[in-house]
Amino acid sequence: MTEEIKTIVKEYILHEFLPGEDPNQLTETTPLITGGVLDSIGTLRLVLFLEERFGVALQAHETDREYLDTIAAVAALVHSKKS
Amino acid sequence: MDTLQGLHQLFIRAAQWYPDHTAVVEPREGSVTYRELARLSDRVRDRLHACGVRAGDRVGIFMRKSIDAVATIYGVLKVGAAYVPVDPGAPVARNAYILHNCGVKVVVMEQRFEARFCTETGQLGTVPDIFLVEGTGGGMRLHRALDQADAQQQAPATETAISAPRDLAYILYTSGSTGKPKGVMLSHENAVSFVDWCSEVFEPVTSDRFSSHAPFHFDLSILDIHVPLKHGATLVLIAEEVGKDPLRLAPLMAEQQITCWYSAPSILSLLAQYGNLAKQDHSALRLILFAGEVFPVRHLRTRTALLPVPRYFNLYGPTETNVCTFFELPRPIPESRTVPFPIGRVCSHLKGKVVDEQGCEVQRGREGELSISGRGVMQGYWSLPQQTAGAFLTDNDGTRWYKTGDIVVEAADGNYTYLGRRDRMVKRRGYRVELGEIEAGLYRHALIREAAVVAVPDEDAGIKIKAFLSCREPKRPSMIELKRFCSENLPLYMIPDYFVWCESLPKTSTDKIDYQRLNEMN
Repeated sequence: MTEEIKTIVKEYILHEFLPGEDPNQLTETTPLITGGVLDSIGTLRLVLFLEERFGVALQAHETDREYLDTIAAVAALVHSKKS
Repeated sequence: MDTLQGLHQLFIRAAQWYPDHTAVVEPREGSVTYRELARLSDRVRDRLHACGVRAGDRVGIFMRKSIDAVATIYGVLKVGAAYVPVDPGAPVARNAYILHNCGVKVVVMEQRFEARFCTETGQLGTVPDIFLVEGTGGGMRLHRALDQADAQQQAPATETAISAPRDLAYILYTSGSTGKPKGVMLSHENAVSFVDWCSEVFEPVTSDRFSSHAPFHFDLSILDIHVPLKHGATLVLIAEEVGKDPLRLAPLMAEQQITCWYSAPSILSLLAQYGNLAKQDHSALRLILFAGEVFPVRHLRTRTALLPVPRYFNLYGPTETNVCTFFELPRPIPESRTVPFPIGRVCSHLKGKVVDEQGCEVQRGREGELSISGRGVMQGYWSLPQQTAGAFLTDNDGTRWYKTGDIVVEAADGNYTYLGRRDRMVKRRGYRVELGEIEAGLYRHALIREAAVVAVPDEDAGIKIKAFLSCREPKRPSMIELKRFCSENLPLYMIPDYFVWCESLPKTSTDKIDYQRLNEMN
């Protein structure tokens, strides 16, 4: 389940924010917000994508770097919401 | 202007009149009354004086937006010094450069920045004295730091400085085309004339609750902080992370009963798109002010329909003048309107004229560069006499006109319309960005041989930034590596959206990078 979420999130990030990037460069621990991949609008778009794609509702405090800075963290958050 | 009225005197007078009014609210951290803020800032004044700060010095502020930071601002002004706020989210090296560049006597700093800051400034030469605050929030940490310092040695009470009109009140650093930020020097007269103009047009009252959305190193903060605190009104601080997130920001605006909102248009667009505004009570809002970039009419129409606030103003002006023209939007926005609204007429404390490339005034209706003179115009750039001289036109009678770099046209009704820039400066989410500064940041990467940055128009974001690069070695750094590198060397709003690798960048016949061809490559 978590692996599937990771794959979907990775594809989304590569497509939306890193067009042309070698997929091997983006790992589940690559820093997204603190590494400059997602800016504030990018983070917001990711949140909306997660809510729509996985049918989960993120709380306001879950939209910051603590929960969304890596694909692993994103997948854990989404997984906890779905289970 | 009354020569006794420094920027801080406006607050001191309000604190005498409205001591029990709430001056500043920091959601989830606390609030302070005018009396409490006056007392806390007096203590900062005395401590800074004990640290050797004197009238005419500069004091750095390296802390998160907070009641602690507002009290520090007034403490610095009360001791007669100029405050230099830096962006706590920017790379420490950039902030170290800024504070070293203007030779601050003391930096009031959150502890978490200390080690990196000392390393960075140590490499530049001298390390200024640091007054450390453990953290920020509600003014309590600042209180504690002052108590601890007093326990070691009590700071003697000193007099509040009486600043002259030309004395510096603050220095705001903006993006510099050479790759280094440059310090815009603003005097008490510059600031007070602007604040007084705001009083005249926006008519603040004691029951107003002003938002503070912009960070303190950004010139929108001058209106945010000093206008409400002149009038006995309340300033509501919006934390940076909340300010970027419409999901959290919209409910906060409603809960805090904000009456006057001021920000760049981009966050207003996000609020309209994602903030669920219709579900909240925003009836307290009476004024929405926006500045910093062009507001696309499509977004503006959605926005005004969702928030039928009585008055909307488009404010325009560079940091060098603060707001210099303003335009009140007609309501409702006519369906026929598709082009952006004018930037409006010149504010009453300033004068404007449109000039050609030789500096001669053009006829009304002709395109030219907007130039501004008057009491709100900056003193110059810190320690950059040549750039300062180049920024002004001087009339035969000695009147200085600041050349904004913005190309405008004046309509028959006296309203100016913005047409574009004459240089490589762009606005991104309200921030002023010199594309040259991004290039200079990219050139710091060991593998980058050439870098050229262009801005591409974008329907939603306003602009996107595209960097064209060539590499010293066959193996190029990945996009993730470049973004990470940029996040360590540039403010976040300067990180390019796209990177395009070329064998070498196209050149003109004089072997300069051919930006026209790069733009065509889009």
